Amino acid sequence: MPNAAARGRAGSSNLDPLSLQMDTDAHRQKIVDRNLSTIFYLPSTIFLSVSIYGLYLWLRKNCMRIHIDNLHFTYPSGVRALQGVSLTIEPGEQVAIVGQNGAGKTTLVRHLNGLLLPSSGTVHIGDWLTRDSSVAKLAARVGYVFQNPDDQLFKGNVRDEVKFGPANLGFTPEQIETQVDEALARLELSEKAAVNPYDLTPTWRKRVAIAAILAMDTPIIILDEPTTGQDYYSVQHLAGLIQHLRQQGKTVIAISHDIDFVAENFDRIVVMGQGRVLLDGPAEAIFAEEEILNSTYVQPPQLARLAGRLDLGQVVYTVDGFLAAYRQRNPAVSPVKPPISGG
Amino acid sequence: MAIIEIENLTYRYPHTSQPALRDLSLQIEPGEFVAIVGANGAGKSTLCYTLTGFVPHFFQGELSGRVHVAGLETKEHPLEDIVLVSGLVFQNPFNQISGAKFTVYDEIAFGLENLGVPREDMPARIERAMALTGITAMAERSPYALSGGQQQRVALASMLVMEPQVLVLDEPTSQLDPLGSREVFAVIRELSREGMTVVMAEHKLEWVAQFADRVLVLADGQLVLSGPPAEVLTSPLLETYHIGQTRYTTVARRLQAENGWPAGQPLPVTLEEAEAGFKAALIK
Repeated sequence: MPNAAARGRAGSSNLDPLSLQMDTDAHRQKIVDRNLSTIFYLPSTIFLSVSIYGLYLWLRKNCMRIHIDNLHFTYPSGVRALQGVSLTIEPGEQVAIVGQNGAGKTTLVRHLNGLLLPSSGTVHIGDWLTRDSSVAKLAARVGYVFQNPDDQLFKGNVRDEVKFGPANLGFTPEQIETQVDEALARLELSEKAAVNPYDLTPTWRKRVAIAAILAMDTPIIILDEPTTGQDYYSVQHLAGLIQHLRQQGKTVIAISHDIDFVAENFDRIVVMGQGRVLLDGPAEAIFAEEEILNSTYVQPPQLARLAGRLDLGQVVYTVDGFLAAYRQRNPAVSPVKPPISGG
Repeated sequence: MAIIEIENLTYRYPHTSQPALRDLSLQIEPGEFVAIVGANGAGKSTLCYTLTGFVPHFFQGELSGRVHVAGLETKEHPLEDIVLVSGLVFQNPFNQISGAKFTVYDEIAFGLENLGVPREDMPARIERAMALTGITAMAERSPYALSGGQQQRVALASMLVMEPQVLVLDEPTSQLDPLGSREVFAVIRELSREGMTVVMAEHKLEWVAQFADRVLVLADGQLVLSGPPAEVLTSPLLETYHIGQTRYTTVARRLQAENGWPAGQPLPVTLEEAEAGFKAALIK
């Protein structure tokens, strides 16, 4: 700024009081201007920063929306496994997929991490089209626990197995250690970390497979038949795990034949049959559709069936829900003392 | 005369410090349908292996006590003799499929070929096995181009075709949908009525309750309970053994704790029993 420089140079060599006063005024004006700027621009800056961050979070959250559009898939053998499936799963939803053997459940979820590509139709994981993304790339967003854990276990000890995923996703060494430790602890595998997965029983191998996916910290987790072969307490443990994942805001998609487990742990149930989605909604709505469920060999939960036989008039599927409905219908059998919890 | 007799069986896998089965004794009559329940790790699979000779012949390890199956003392006969009388359906159907055959039909024939069954006898047996397991339509498909549940049916068919005297099944319905599970239980019971002795390890208590003649409970390698399903599956001891109960038993027990369940009415295990019990509770 030549004038200011000139003025400055002039000012420094010019000790004329009037020009000194003018410089001071200018200087003071600058300070005032700067303060005004701060008062005026700072809130705008804050507002703008917050908006941009908010937009980033919204984008990132919606980045994980799963959008399946008119998906058709035919295996090379000629089996038409999916015949026009359209489904949207929002970030953070817990969805169970049920239906008869061969309905297309596993075929469907294998499209989510790119193991299968559509014969026609599209699958989006957020802004990524699966056709344009490799399985390795999609692994950063979608963790898939196989129906048969032996399909994915290959390392010599549990710890290495669980470490493999996060190590390949580019986490820092510290993050990897933390995520591995947490995953092992959550699946009660900490003491088995040095064991070869194939020296464990099938049930524990399933836990290793789940831990290996958890450690990857993907926003979307698919559990393909997590309850098969599991005893009562392992199923309870799994329910706790799903609760934990819900609190973390993860999207959880589970395929299961254990309808009681599904009813007690999932807000949204998708019923498939013959390559199509037959029903999609909350448990109450689904279990009322007995005929459609029968057509795809899905049985309503034990207590829902009992409630039906006793004409309780409500769709119930939990122990407390059943007892409440039963007492409502039969006030004579109301509790004489507070119920003992547990049982 | 029992077809299965086990006396004071204790077995330890190689390189382990704790026995998987301890001082186990049991007897099973011909044609019985016996279910084995227990928490994971209780010894169900190990008992299945013992009844079919894989323990000790395949797994090695240390076995003490007597194991007598269909006329053979298993310790004293090689595995190839035992498999003729006692067949095992594995817990993991993917392992049962041989990988040597390209169609389901051939897969099922494989066992018969190895037994030297005359060719002309095979089709009838194979078709029956497929019909029993509902896989006739899949005869020409590759065993690897099937869903998990379909593969499990193929694994079952490949053992049924062998017509063993004793059929041992380790969680044969794990991959199956509810109707499929019920079908397997129904078919197995039908076969046991025809004379086959069946021992089945299972978690699905609702079907066990409906179809099994007797339930054995294993905990920590020991046999802790034995009796009819209605009795065993409502035992208050089940919780100690980390075994669940059907939801029917749970709600009835809750009502019982509040004096809402009719005295003398047994706790239900099946839907029918629950319906009857709850209706009786109303009449009272």
